[in-house]
This record gives sequence, structure tokens and C-alpha cells, in this order.
Amino acid sequence: MSTTLRAGAMPAPRSSLVGPIFRIFLIFALCMALPWLFYNYTTGRHSGFMLTMFSQMGMMAIFALSYNMLMGQAGLLSFGHAVFFGLGGYFCIHLLTAAGGGSLPVPLEILPLIAGLCSMLVAIVFGYMATRQRATAFAMITMGIGELVATAAVMFHAFFGGEGGVSSDRMIDRSLFGLTYSQGVQVYYLIVAWSFISILAMLYLTTTPLGRMANACRDNYERAQFMGYDPKFVRFIQFALSGLFAGIAGGLSAITYEIVTFDSVSGALSANALLMVFIGGTNAFGGPILGAVLITLMQSGVSLISNSWLVYVGVLFIGMVTFAPAGLAGLIAMHSPLQQAGRLKPLIVPYIRIVVPGLVTLIGFVGVVELLSFKTIGAAQGKKLVLFGNPIDATTAQPWLIVTGMFLLGGLWLWREGRWFHTLWEAMMADLKPKKGAAQ
Amino acid sequence: MEIVIVSLLNGLVYGMLLFMLASGLTLIFSMMGVLNFAHASVWMLGAYFAYEVSRFIGFLPALIIAPLLCAAVGAAIEVWGLRRVHHNGHVAELLFTFGLVFIIQRSVQMIWGMLPMPYRVPAALDFPLFTIYGANFPAYRGFMLFISALMLLAIWLMLKKTRIGLIIQGALTHPNMVSSLGHNVPLVFTTVFAGGCGLAGLAGVIGGNYLVTESSMADAMGPIVFVVVVFGGLGSLGGCFIASILMGMIQTFAVVIDASIGDVLKPIGIALSSETLLGEILTVPMARIGPLLPYLLMVFILLFRPRGLMGTRDT
Repeated sequence: MSTTLRAGAMPAPRSSLVGPIFRIFLIFALCMALPWLFYNYTTGRHSGFMLTMFSQMGMMAIFALSYNMLMGQAGLLSFGHAVFFGLGGYFCIHLLTAAGGGSLPVPLEILPLIAGLCSMLVAIVFGYMATRQRATAFAMITMGIGELVATAAVMFHAFFGGEGGVSSDRMIDRSLFGLTYSQGVQVYYLIVAWSFISILAMLYLTTTPLGRMANACRDNYERAQFMGYDPKFVRFIQFALSGLFAGIAGGLSAITYEIVTFDSVSGALSANALLMVFIGGTNAFGGPILGAVLITLMQSGVSLISNSWLVYVGVLFIGMVTFAPAGLAGLIAMHSPLQQAGRLKPLIVPYIRIVVPGLVTLIGFVGVVELLSFKTIGAAQGKKLVLFGNPIDATTAQPWLIVTGMFLLGGLWLWREGRWFHTLWEAMMADLKPKKGAAQ
Repeated sequence: MEIVIVSLLNGLVYGMLLFMLASGLTLIFSMMGVLNFAHASVWMLGAYFAYEVSRFIGFLPALIIAPLLCAAVGAAIEVWGLRRVHHNGHVAELLFTFGLVFIIQRSVQMIWGMLPMPYRVPAALDFPLFTIYGANFPAYRGFMLFISALMLLAIWLMLKKTRIGLIIQGALTHPNMVSSLGHNVPLVFTTVFAGGCGLAGLAGVIGGNYLVTESSMADAMGPIVFVVVVFGGLGSLGGCFIASILMGMIQTFAVVIDASIGDVLKPIGIALSSETLLGEILTVPMARIGPLLPYLLMVFILLFRPRGLMGTRDT
């Protein structure tokens, strides 16, 4: 079947890769410099919190992109993608133990790749089952497989370590570059390196005949079939490769945290992948990276100051589904025709008119959520409620009235401004169209 | 023998509870093509509502008020949520309900806290109904069976004997045709969505004190209900019923069987150790493997019969 793939291959537009690759190398340089922005020169140490967060972003970027190979590029909605991330982690932690014990003469830098390959083997088995179906049946099979592995991970001790998970030590003294990986920043650079190898590989895959056929099978699988391709086979290969990259991400997480628990195969992580990819945007290649960065930021940043970050993610997600189904990347892409016409400037005032009531509503909403959750959860944990820098007494009526008022009135204001903005946007777009026609 | 009869009864009670949830979900799924991820969350809401109502007025009013509240929640979701995203396709609708799961769960935690609710079986029903082989069968389980059988009868009568039932049945298999015949399909959609959520709410009322009313109950129930719906087959309430009872039986029977696959192999002369993963899979007792079985069954049925047990069209 791979011969049919090659025989019908269309010329891939390789020249179009130059722009994205240049941009990726720019981001690469930025990522290398990033930890030094949070370097504490008086103590001579990196900020541990920032390093962990950036490392997490790197892994999640790979994970989200590998999920988008299914969701965005092949139109397959999976609810069990964490299986490959988690199994990659479990494989890597066992390999790490073996390498540390001396029975496996492999440098640490290569381990994520081996873990990814093992994960790909699993993806080949599961993918053979799942990719025979598409649409809802595919979603249900992947959910079944996800729940199956998640339940098995708690149940079996020999490989998964039961509820305690499996832990190991990453300082195995076997490195390509003579590094010990005793410091977080060394691990961070390992993650950056693997992230960029994976991102470049996945970017390349989108331009290959396989990537193009995945798009074709997503858009119209019957027509792809008439052209002589086997959509099942295309789905299968795409699924297996996506398992490879998810496994690499999982392997990196095993090296970073030196422990893998059943959380890493859980449905919650699969859901997280979906949230990241959808919020970031499925159509643009960089969308999932954007989503991964944003969600990780919310996860580790917001969860420090509030224990209801899931509400915010949920509301953000529902808002995206309702108002911006193309995600953040789609929102940015909407502006490109205006930018080309040099008409971004007239949008500044309308944006301010949107952002101000938006902020009022947001503050009101955050206030309502925090007050509510403080009464039931925060108070039980013996915490004190501090909102926007001010200590607040949640038992009096005043803060409740203020935040509810801000939320309701701000929402009303936002709704009115939103309608006005919508008509303005439509008018600007309509204004742009005849110009385009005249130019042609 | 007594184990078999007690497990049969318990399996029936659990299966009927599952059916009450799954019947609403399968109606919504077959008709609107929306896989309502938030269905189990509405079930959880039903249990919490019932707890609140029964605290102030009593259990019997809660049996009516809580499902009505859940139906109202369902109608609100359909009218203000799903209809707005409908033009973006089924995936958008599915993702919308998926986002609702997080919001409902966290909202429940914010309003009622993380701890389980003291939602108990009403005192009037808290006595043993009869005794088989020394084991008591609580009256409340009998009451659950009674309520779910009543609901089964009501659904059947409504679908088979009324005009709205006729339209719903038509819309199950040929939604476009029904719409072409001039029926108000969006209204039917809202009715079915609200009705399904109401059923889930009813299941929450009687299931909340049978199981435990806590904020993680939706997460535990959600995947199982999906398994039932997919296993039973799209557009078939009969298949859904069989699948519910089957899953109920599997879950209760697996708990009482202490043998493993390894025990079956032993007489043939194959001895296994639980040191390796494969050995562990074969030597783990059935009772612990129980939670895995529904998912295994679902994966297998989708592989070999994607339309489910009695489904009329592909999932």
C-alpha cells in the first residue's frame, strides 16, 4: 500500500517550508535564552518554578502537536491520546532504570526516542483497531482504549507500579555530551532540543504525500478513495506516527520528573490535549503550540493563586467552541487580509471598546467564582481570600454585590459593544472584497 | 446459589439505573447526532438537587422536582448552547458538551464543596424487604426497581402510543424526512434533550443515595453510560436496555468471582507467576478485573459490529 501512496504522490510544495523553518529557528533561539531571563544573578541559580513550567510547555507542545496530527490534520477526534504519552513515560522510566543499572548501554539523550518507538509499537496495535473506523466510532474506540489502559495502570503492578507509579534516577552518567543532568536547566535544554526535532519532523510530515492525503481523507474520504487511496491505511500511518511523537513527549516527562504515575495515561490528560489543541487552533500548524503554552501557563500559573483554574479553562473552551471555532490561531489569521490591506489601524479604537467591558466582565466573573469557591473549598482549607491584592471578607454582602454587579453589567455592556464590533468587522470585510476582485 | 440470586438482583438494580441514564442519552444521540458528554454531569446535578430538596421538603417531592430542574437545565443547554454551535457541525456540539463537563463539575464543587453529601435513603424505605439465604434485600432497592420499571413503561407508552412519540420515533431513524414533513424539529430536539436530561435527573435522585453523592460521581459514571449506548447500538432503545442490564450484571458478577484466567490454566499444567506483566494479567482475580470488562466489550463490539448490538445505523 505504501507504493500506492508513492505512486500517486503530488509534488509537495517544499519551498513554502522556508518561512516556517526560519520562524522556528528564531523561536528556538528564544527558547534557549528564556531561562536566563529568570536567572537570579545574586544567588547564581535558575528559577526552579520557571524552568519546570518551561519544560512542561516544551513537552506539552510536542504532545499537542502529535494530537493535532489526528484531530486537525486527519479529522480524527481521539479521547485516549494520553495512552501513548503515558506509555512512552513508563517505557522511558524502565529504560532509565535499565540504563542506570548498566544493562542498557544507551545515552540518556536517546532514551525519549526509544520510548517513542515503543509507544509507536503500541500505537500500531491500537491504531489497527481504532483506525478501521472514523468519526464517532473512532472517538468511542479511543475512549474505550484510554479507559482500558488507565484502569489497567492502577491495577497491574509489574509494569505500571500500581497507584504509586514507577520512579527512577536520571543521573545515569551516560551522555552524548558528557552532561550529568543534575540541574534542571540541562534537562530543559534536552527538552528544547527534542521539541524542535519533533516539531520540525511534524512540520515536514505535513508537506509529505502522507500529510496531504490525511487532509484529503479528513475533508472527503470518499473522494480520496475514488482516487485510489486507502483512507484506513492513511489514518493508520498517521495514528502510528502521532503515537511516536506522543511517546517522545512522555519519555521527556519521565526524565524530567523521574516518576511516572497513572495520571499520565488518564482521561484527564487526554482531555487536556483536546483543550490545548482546540483552544490553540487546529488549522494552523503553530496553533497547538500556542494552546500548549497557554494551558500550561494557566495550569501552573493560575493554579498557584486559585484552585478553580478548571472553571476558567472550561469557560474559555466553551467560549472558543461557540465564538471562535478556529481557535486562537484562527483569530490571528482572520486579521491577515486586513493587515495586507494595511487597515489594522482603524481597529485600535474598536478593540479598546471591546477590551474595557471585557475586563470588567472578567474581573466580575473571577470575583464570583473565587467568592463561591472560597465559601466551600478555600475556607475549609483554612485559607484567606485575597482578590486582586486586597484581603476580602466573604461573609459580608458588599464584595458579593460588587462582583455580581460587575459581571452582569459588564456582560451587558460587552454584549452591546460586541454587536457593534461585529457589524463594523463585517463592513470592513465587505469593503475589502471588491478591492481584491479589482486587483485580480 | 445465594450469591447468584443476590448478584442477579443487584445487577438488575444497577442495570436499570444505567438504563435510565442511557435511554436519555441514546435518544439524544440517535436523534441529534450529539454525543452528550455532559449527560452524567446532569445525573450528578440530579443527585445534588434531590439532596437539597429532600433536606427541606422531603424525598417524595424531590422525586418530582429534581428531574424537572434537570430537564430545565437540559433545555437551557440545548436552546442557548447547542443551537448556537449547531452550524459548526456535530464535532462542535460534542466539544461544547465536553466543556460543560468541567464547568458543571467545578460549579458543583464550588457550591457544595468537595466532601460527599450526607444524602441518605429516606427512613420510610430503610428496612429489609425480604431475606434470601440469610441476605437482606433492602426495600430501597425494590423501590428503585419499581421506579425504573415505571419509567420504562412510561417511555414505552409515550413513544408507541402518542403522537409526539411517533414523531420522535420518526426522527430517530429519518431526521431529515421528519423535518421535510413540516414538523418543528428544533422543538422536538429541545423536548428530547430536556426529557433525556430529566430522566438522568430521575436516575440521580434514586441513584444518589444508592451510590454516593459526590463531585466525582459523574466522572465515574460517564464512560460506562457511553459504553452502554455504543454497545446497545444507535437508535435502538431495546439494544440500550439489553446493554444496560448486561453491563449491570457484568459489574456485579465480576465482583463476586474470585478466580483468574491462570486458575483455569492450572489444571492443564501451566503455572504462572505474577512477576511479569503478562503473568499478572493472567493471574489477577476476576473481581479486580471487573472495571476493565465494559471497555473491553465496547472495543470489541465496535471492531466487529460498529453499529452495536441492535443498532440500525453505523455509529
